[in-house]
Amino acid sequence: MSLWTRLTGWFALLFGLGYFALPLLGLTEFSLRARRGVYSLDAYAKVIADPEFQQTFLYSVSMALVTIALGVFLVLPTAFWVRLRLPAARPYVEFITLLPLVIPAIVIVFGYIRLYNTSSWLPLTGTIMGTNFLLAAGYTTLALPYMYRAIDTGLRTIDVATLTEAAQSLGAGWTTILGRIILPNVLVAVLSGAFLTFAIVIGEFTLAALLDRPAFGPYLQRIGANKPYEPFALSVITFIITWGCMGLIQLANRFTTYTKAPR
Amino acid sequence: MPAHQPGRKRWRLPMNWLGLLPFLLFSLLFLILPTMHIVIGAFQTRDGSFTLQNIRDLNTGTIPSSYWISIKISFASAVLGCLIGFGMAAAVTFGAVPKWIRAPLLTFSGVASNFAGVPLAFAFLATLGPAGLVTLWLRSEFGIVLQRDLGFNLLSFWGLTITYLFFQIPLMILIIAPALEGLKREWREAASILGASGFQYWRMVAFPILFPSLLGTLALLFANAFGAVATAIALTGSALNIVPIQLYAQIRGDVLGNPHLGYAMAFGMIVVTAAANVLYIWLRARSERWLK
Amino acid sequence: MSFLEISHLEKSFGPLRVVKDFNLSVEKGEFVSLLGPSGCGKTTVLRMVAGFETPDTGSIHIEGKDVVRLGPNARKIGMVFQAYALFPNLTVSQNVAFGLKVAGVGKAETADRVREMLSLIGLPDLGDRYPFQMSGGQQQRVALARALAVRPRVLLLDEPLSALDAKIRVSLRSQIREIQQRLGITTIFVTHDQEEALSMSDRIVVMNGGIAEQVGTPFDIYNKPTTKFVANFVGTLNTFSADVTDAAAGRVSVGGTPVQLPAAVEPAKGDRIGLAFRPEALHLGRAIGREVTLPAVIRAVNFHGSVIRIEVEAAGTNVALDTFNRADTPPPQVGDAAEVSFSARDVIVLEY
Repeated sequence: MSLWTRLTGWFALLFGLGYFALPLLGLTEFSLRARRGVYSLDAYAKVIADPEFQQTFLYSVSMALVTIALGVFLVLPTAFWVRLRLPAARPYVEFITLLPLVIPAIVIVFGYIRLYNTSSWLPLTGTIMGTNFLLAAGYTTLALPYMYRAIDTGLRTIDVATLTEAAQSLGAGWTTILGRIILPNVLVAVLSGAFLTFAIVIGEFTLAALLDRPAFGPYLQRIGANKPYEPFALSVITFIITWGCMGLIQLANRFTTYTKAPR
Repeated sequence: MPAHQPGRKRWRLPMNWLGLLPFLLFSLLFLILPTMHIVIGAFQTRDGSFTLQNIRDLNTGTIPSSYWISIKISFASAVLGCLIGFGMAAAVTFGAVPKWIRAPLLTFSGVASNFAGVPLAFAFLATLGPAGLVTLWLRSEFGIVLQRDLGFNLLSFWGLTITYLFFQIPLMILIIAPALEGLKREWREAASILGASGFQYWRMVAFPILFPSLLGTLALLFANAFGAVATAIALTGSALNIVPIQLYAQIRGDVLGNPHLGYAMAFGMIVVTAAANVLYIWLRARSERWLK
Repeated sequence: MSFLEISHLEKSFGPLRVVKDFNLSVEKGEFVSLLGPSGCGKTTVLRMVAGFETPDTGSIHIEGKDVVRLGPNARKIGMVFQAYALFPNLTVSQNVAFGLKVAGVGKAETADRVREMLSLIGLPDLGDRYPFQMSGGQQQRVALARALAVRPRVLLLDEPLSALDAKIRVSLRSQIREIQQRLGITTIFVTHDQEEALSMSDRIVVMNGGIAEQVGTPFDIYNKPTTKFVANFVGTLNTFSADVTDAAAGRVSVGGTPVQLPAAVEPAKGDRIGLAFRPEALHLGRAIGREVTLPAVIRAVNFHGSVIRIEVEAAGTNVALDTFNRADTPPPQVGDAAEVSFSARDVIVLEY
């Protein structure tokens, strides 16, 4: 390894790290400026005490949980079934799961608004529950590529066919097979997908704003226009949540390598 | 399933496909139909007859310039993201810097590539905005005013590009690091023992192998930036006239005065990102074919 | 000085000394194998000759010049890797032409040489294929052609057959040897497979723990191993323990049966020694020319086709011996009483 290569390597790395560090530093510093002259946690205190924050945050967390549940119920049986019985359908299913990466979220939600408006055949946007459901479905769609890939990778590491046959020969039904045989074996993969979904949903803006739901993303954008320091504190909190989700994914994956090591 | 019943076999195939019904129904309702509605709407008049007028109307008013600036920002952030991300991934993969940096860098990339949207906009406002950390520091230490002396404004082409890089670079690292890892040590050694210099190895072997991945990732980053809405809105409000912002405004209040022109605009977005993604998938399949 | 002269080579990775005082002279045109278990340092020696590793001390001379300070791309050496290492983005022809292109050889000459090399390896029509379109055996032959195209001074083969199927391995083995002899190219071959080493080499270096344990022809290595490690690592070995009755006269006793060895036993070796045999040196039943006979019990019979390997218990130990299959003689049954015979001339005396 020549000196020149080493130097360029270090330069690229340090330049990049500097680029990443500065905005995070700036964000944190700004969020502490609420009291004139000294650093304080005033902005955080104010934000956390804000009932609207509590409501929107709770709303987004519940949305994330609903999305995760919906995603797992939708993706796990599908991925399982494709692996077990319909390998021929695999390319098509994979293609569909990749579509949300191709079609921008704003286009999808635009379609929802026009397709499910109050005068349509399925007036989902007419009621609050309907809109909530539409939002959850939209989030599930956005998370579909990640959820499907995570779970499918998990299923690849276990022998789906043999496990299923073994369970069937012991008299298990489909619910038992999925819930008590397959799910525990791919739990780590499911958790990875779940945490990623959580990270995507918690700060999501476009869908929530256009469907006009009181979620955390639009709230953050709205107070950004009105309050001086609070939005920065909220951004720090969001970053920490994202970081926490990724950390949990890493932790879950490390857990797998331990359980799989003896093989 | 008892195989000896002759009538059952005929029903097996449809039964199998029935297992996919929930998934297919869901994707039809919440992915395909809404998208089709937009696409079809782009070719319809208000009373439902077929027309190309909406597509033609895309060439009016501020729409062409908004597409153009969107494409420019997406392309610039994709190219820069590719270059910087490649440099960082190469530095940790080829041992220019200690190996232990690799794992934390990849974890961080996972975080940063998901840290888009509104909070990211605030991070850059707090850093390069009028009262941002770097802005104030440059003014107090060097007497440089970003806006006045360097012509830099966060609510501009370069401002948005620099902000987008925050998720573009990590995405590049996440995608290209495995590809770099896939360059076998033996290839370098084989080239070297056949008399090639390091530069010749890169020119004749490593770069051609990586090229499809690089170009494919470029396309993916482009699509990624092109569809980004939240960061742009939170950062610029409506100061910068890019496609997602215009479409956002159109959805909220029909600012174009013609809903079907909105469809056409959304359709244009799909065309651009789909073209980029088709390029990505095609190039990726090509590079995987080699590396099988 | 020989064509390739390696002297006093040493290499450590951290605290681990992987090569210790390694010496080897290779004549022009010779095929030398480095044979040993994994981790014995054979690959490290090869990589130092190639220039991928720098020795801590010692020298490597090719045609009288020390190459230790030269980079791999200046040594004019050809190398074939275990995992083929063909460039996936280039066709077969382009792979073979790579070294020539880098060296600036003209187009016409390159095309001629590529054609020559492809016919040498027996794949004259596959020049336009990509590596991923070929089988492992074909890829490895292309790798050989690529290494040979630049007319290297030395050819290094790093376990080139290990990744291949058993059948292809055997056929490629003889093909490589044939090409090597036709071109008369000096070759160093690294392998952990004793059969490959025995069948292909002019000479074998058996390595263990970074040391060359024995250097010799395949015949010598197999029949006259000088250390216990070599005797055990190369081929299958049966060992009887024997009591020394008269060291100077070479008289010992195996389970009560007296055996007269062809040479004296060193008295320093104590009163017990090991007598080792190859399976083919033991014979089931009595035979002319095998003067020692031991009573035995059949313990296992493994039918391999043309050869039957029989395990018997004799003189308190289990030993293996081979007999040829004969259609008119069924193999013995497990538990049968039998006799085994051998000749003291075939004995390899091991110290305990």
